[in-house]
Amino acid sequence: MGKMREMLTGNSAAAWGVRLAEIDYIPAYPITPQTEIIETLAKWISDGVMDTRMVTMDSEHSMITAAGAASATGVRTFTATSSQGLLYGFEMLYTVAGWRVPLVMVNVSRGLSAPITLEPDHNDILSARDSGFLQIHCETCQEVLDSILIAYRLAEDERILLPILVNMDGFHLSFTREPVEIPDMEDVRRFLPPYSPKHAFFKASQPMAQGIAVLGGPIYSYFKYQIHLACMKGLEVYKEISKEFENIFGRRYDTLEGYMTDDAEYILIMSNSFSTLGKAAVKRARERGIKIGLLKLRLLRPFPEEDLKNAIKGCKAVAVLDQNIGIGKGGILYPEITSAIYNEQKRPMLLSFIGGLGGKNISESEFDFIFDNMIKAAETGNAPPPQLLYTETEWNEMEKLKKMAGRRY
Amino acid sequence: MDTPVKSIKDIPLDEILLPGTPACAGCGGLLTLRHCLKALGENTVIVNAAGCFTLLSIYPFTPFMSSWLYTAMACAPAGAQGVRDALDILIKKGRLGSEEDLKVVVLTGDGAAYDIGLASTSGALYRNLDFYYICYDNEAYGNTGFQWSGATPFASKTGTTPPGKTVPTGTLTNKKNLFEIWRSHKPPYLATISPAHPVDLYNKFKKAEQYKGPKLFIALSPCPPGWATDPSHSVNFAKLAVDTGIWALKEAILGDVKHTLIPRKFKPVENYLKEQGRFAHLFKPIRQEETIRKIQEMVDEYWKEVGI
Repeated sequence: MGKMREMLTGNSAAAWGVRLAEIDYIPAYPITPQTEIIETLAKWISDGVMDTRMVTMDSEHSMITAAGAASATGVRTFTATSSQGLLYGFEMLYTVAGWRVPLVMVNVSRGLSAPITLEPDHNDILSARDSGFLQIHCETCQEVLDSILIAYRLAEDERILLPILVNMDGFHLSFTREPVEIPDMEDVRRFLPPYSPKHAFFKASQPMAQGIAVLGGPIYSYFKYQIHLACMKGLEVYKEISKEFENIFGRRYDTLEGYMTDDAEYILIMSNSFSTLGKAAVKRARERGIKIGLLKLRLLRPFPEEDLKNAIKGCKAVAVLDQNIGIGKGGILYPEITSAIYNEQKRPMLLSFIGGLGGKNISESEFDFIFDNMIKAAETGNAPPPQLLYTETEWNEMEKLKKMAGRRY
Repeated sequence: MDTPVKSIKDIPLDEILLPGTPACAGCGGLLTLRHCLKALGENTVIVNAAGCFTLLSIYPFTPFMSSWLYTAMACAPAGAQGVRDALDILIKKGRLGSEEDLKVVVLTGDGAAYDIGLASTSGALYRNLDFYYICYDNEAYGNTGFQWSGATPFASKTGTTPPGKTVPTGTLTNKKNLFEIWRSHKPPYLATISPAHPVDLYNKFKKAEQYKGPKLFIALSPCPPGWATDPSHSVNFAKLAVDTGIWALKEAILGDVKHTLIPRKFKPVENYLKEQGRFAHLFKPIRQEETIRKIQEMVDEYWKEVGI
């Protein structure tokens, strides 16, 4: 099978990544907007195109457990979930990371209940940021496919041995068709050799206890530090692997992606598919003479602190557009970026905006509002408190809905 | 299938579970597990759920000659699914020799089996997973200090159902019938076992071996700290539970139930209750006659339905 170019949704691109990675085992559980991934894989398995065992579990909690346990036994394992499902299985995220297994899981982002919704924001995936899973966030369907291949190489590297979450936005990416290059199988095999664990497995000739209890802080701390250090090592290993990926497939994925950032005085930081909207807004602002660029966060765990510092060095103001809300504080990524640059001698003004919750559009006027605020902050040296983006039209529509719902005030 | 053993002397002397665990003195569950593993042999991987036995393997030690995976409280059967499927895949694809195969054994207490892990167990049974399940049932959340679980019997005192002025009985609910819940899935093999009856226990495991699919065991396991009993008497209480008819030793093959050990003459349940601290409030300061009678009636009713 040579390389092909097809119109694929984010979900089918994910399925293609899994197919090319020659996965042995998929424990699954349906949830919108992820289900298309496991349905596509189920069809391929049924048609005999993939030599993979798939089992539908009784919950995401069981699904992540089975996936981690299979990975600990020595097979290449994949699974996928979204939103409520990720939270339902949350306990097991920390557990399987502690098992040091190279599981790859796709999360299709979707806002968290209540109120219940289907459309995306990143409270789901960011809730897992401290779990020990590495995280790769994707803007395009091509990126989804490629990231799955990169994720297996990274997760299975003896220096890392940690699970990885590959993230894409529900609907906006999961159900949007884009042209995707499907790599040649032989090229993928060159990039991603078969998984044969030397560290952990279950077999009769060599009994092994995995995931066992510890007594005492020093032992517990030792293992937690090990997970953290292995994850941090991921920065260097990611770069090696990503270079190799570029050599074989011709596509380059840095830890962060800069768009028009080279000479930028202002930088907008975003992640995932809404970055495409941000890039369009940046391009329009450039036409108006504003020297602005966009920085897209791609590798979120480990956090590429040095790359971030370099990317925003010398600019006047940075705005972080969080597509999530840390209730009682503000955006989740804003403080991460703040802490990364706090000790720099010269640092830009740093502004915080929250938008795109539950798939809410981020309009041209909202981007312009952000840009105006950045310019003003750079001029005055005062940064406004975190701002919640909402347009007047949206407000008026909401007023009408409240009336219909019977609220008088 | 091997010929059934007739005496405890016929049970292998080899120990798979070695001494030196931090389990409480007189732990009925540990004794049960020791017998179970003699029947299962060395080539097993135990998939454990949160409970007392989580503390059997503590880094860097394990008392088992076999492998071990600790999961979490609700999902040991799901862990077993992952391990079983992975072993099957590795053997089928020629990446592991069939001599490396392992029996996958879920090990949980009653809190996991009756309550938090019931859904994941149901899933594994429904999917006909080829595994063993040993539930050490001490009739409460023992590892946290003995609180009410779905397995707690009527009138037992627990940390969360303490007898008092308004509720002198203690626990008001009846023990959940896990045997029947599991049996409704029609697993190939399902049995109750007792550490006081190792021959019956051993033969059940040996019989179960011939079946592919879920092989399930519920062991009533005396718990000296929770039951407030003398550690040296654990086997006596396990035996009394059978002799009074409170714990029926039985098996169900593809759903068909057969009792494997019926006492010739049932002892009164009072004999079982009165020596246990968890039932002491039924006897003093005031004897709760009606409650004791109700327990006896429930036991009588059970055996009447069986046809004894």
